[in-house]
Amino acid sequence: MSMTDEAPRLIERPVAAAAEPQAAEPPPAAERDVVFRSHDVNVYYGAFRAVRDVTFDVPKNEIMALIGPSGCGKSTVLRCYNRMNDLIKDARVTGAITYRGTDLYDERVDPVEVRRRIGMVFQKPNPFPKSIYDNVAYGPRVAGQKKGLDDVVESSLRKAALWEEVNDRLNDSALGLSGGQQQRLCIARAIAVGPDVLLMDEPCSALDPIATARIEDLMQEIKQDYTIMIVTHNMQQAARVSDTTAFFTADVRSENDTRTGILVEVDTTQKMFSNPADERTENYVTGRFG
Amino acid sequence: MISRLSDEKSRAAIAASIERRRVDARGLLFRTVLQACLLLTLALLAVLLITVAFDSTDQLGARFWDFLGGTLRSQSGDEQLGVHQAIYGSMWIAIIVALLAFPIGIGAAVYLEEYAPRNRFTSFIEVNIRNLAGVPSIVYGLLGLALLLNGQIFGLDRLTGGRSTLSGGITLAILVLPIVVITSGEAFRAVPTALREGAYGVGATKWEMIRTQVLPYAAPGILTGTLLSMARAIGEAAPLILVGAVTGRLGDNPGLFDLGALDERFTALPIVITSWTQQSGRDAGFATAAAAAIVVLLVFVLMMNSAAIGLRNRFEKKRG
Repeated sequence: MSMTDEAPRLIERPVAAAAEPQAAEPPPAAERDVVFRSHDVNVYYGAFRAVRDVTFDVPKNEIMALIGPSGCGKSTVLRCYNRMNDLIKDARVTGAITYRGTDLYDERVDPVEVRRRIGMVFQKPNPFPKSIYDNVAYGPRVAGQKKGLDDVVESSLRKAALWEEVNDRLNDSALGLSGGQQQRLCIARAIAVGPDVLLMDEPCSALDPIATARIEDLMQEIKQDYTIMIVTHNMQQAARVSDTTAFFTADVRSENDTRTGILVEVDTTQKMFSNPADERTENYVTGRFG
Repeated sequence: MISRLSDEKSRAAIAASIERRRVDARGLLFRTVLQACLLLTLALLAVLLITVAFDSTDQLGARFWDFLGGTLRSQSGDEQLGVHQAIYGSMWIAIIVALLAFPIGIGAAVYLEEYAPRNRFTSFIEVNIRNLAGVPSIVYGLLGLALLLNGQIFGLDRLTGGRSTLSGGITLAILVLPIVVITSGEAFRAVPTALREGAYGVGATKWEMIRTQVLPYAAPGILTGTLLSMARAIGEAAPLILVGAVTGRLGDNPGLFDLGALDERFTALPIVITSWTQQSGRDAGFATAAAAAIVVLLVFVLMMNSAAIGLRNRFEKKRG
């Protein structure tokens, strides 16, 4: 069951369909296509609320950065968009997240199909202990594709700017690649299933500056084909690569020692880093906090 | 700072302050004790191997093929005395254990680790599987006796032929089942979360993730566990006695791959070793026969271990 085949359904919650932007409260993406729309999203781990009332839109074919101090829930938020939190025991998501107008958490939605459309690149490069070729071909294979895998592998590796470096050793183990190459391989692996969105959870935190620069260039090159959301600890990175930035922070309650992630502000990256509306954002991006 | 301080005087003072002044006697003592532990272990093993090898020459040196091809006899001087039936029994018991305990045990472990909900009931089950692994083997022999020989449940005795290789194999399969479940479960738990998430991240279903990531990654660990359990099964004598292994005289001598004899009276290498050692009091010749049977059992286990280690290395290479 693929998701875009279905007509966009209106959700019972106060979320506008993707086609009609809200007039009252113009989101930063008012005139652009919106891929994701989240409304009052809360994430719970058991009784603990990790993220509170997150509402924002993700515009199409742009790079959106999620920044904020450690423990502010930005990775948790990112993992809501491809139902990765489903894998965590006791994790629960409330509120509404729509993907092109369809509620991602509707019971009719198959998380496996969601993940084929909404790919993910993880913090630490996690190539499978298989050959380079088999890593890239893994997604298409589990999706049932048998023919034309060579082409998919080549084009994915080319898009991930890795083809030139590995085309003579596709059958070697992926674990023999350098960290930066492994991360680009993971990007190629995510691209190979033909996703619409790439979620990147601190993809460069384990890489050196040169490998990081390559990944950032790569993101710029592929953003006309994909919508990208990236969680990063590195504010320079957010400023360099993203079009839109969302700043999260942790709401610490000292009376019961809990931290809950909240969304402070979303705006164009330029505005967020030059003239943010919220003082907390300014303190964070200027390095006075966090 | 440093360059200013480094005149001759202060350099000598620094050199003196980091000079080795005492012998680390306790460290040395500790190391020696550890070495002694290792040497003691090796020495005991060496004594065992040397005496057994030396004693076995009467049989294995003088009449090697006759001993391997011979049968259970009541006199040690009997020229037909040998371990062929015992090899038949041990080999088929090993095969039955592998065919029954490994798939069932690994399957149960996959379910427990990957599918079963984590709650009090499943942890209760896990604790009890661990307990079962510690139950004395004689108790499993009693279970085999009730289940497979006396036909108290399901009339299984008609299927196994009662006191037979089949009964022995099934009993030992039940004996090692908990060990297989525990060690396989540990191997599954060691699979990195990153691999699981990577597979889910490109749209693998749970089953695909388990088949393509968890099982291959856990294969070497599972193999080590099953190998240990196999070695345990091969060395057990007590449960086999309860399910009717023959210790005295056994006439029939089936061919090594004669499947028709699986439901007939049987013996096995540990049984033969026990029995011959007991009889050596009245008939001293049995002592050398027992030693020779021990050598045969050791070679048997060694062959199985090297096959398993070879397989494990291949899996590990694949894993990278």
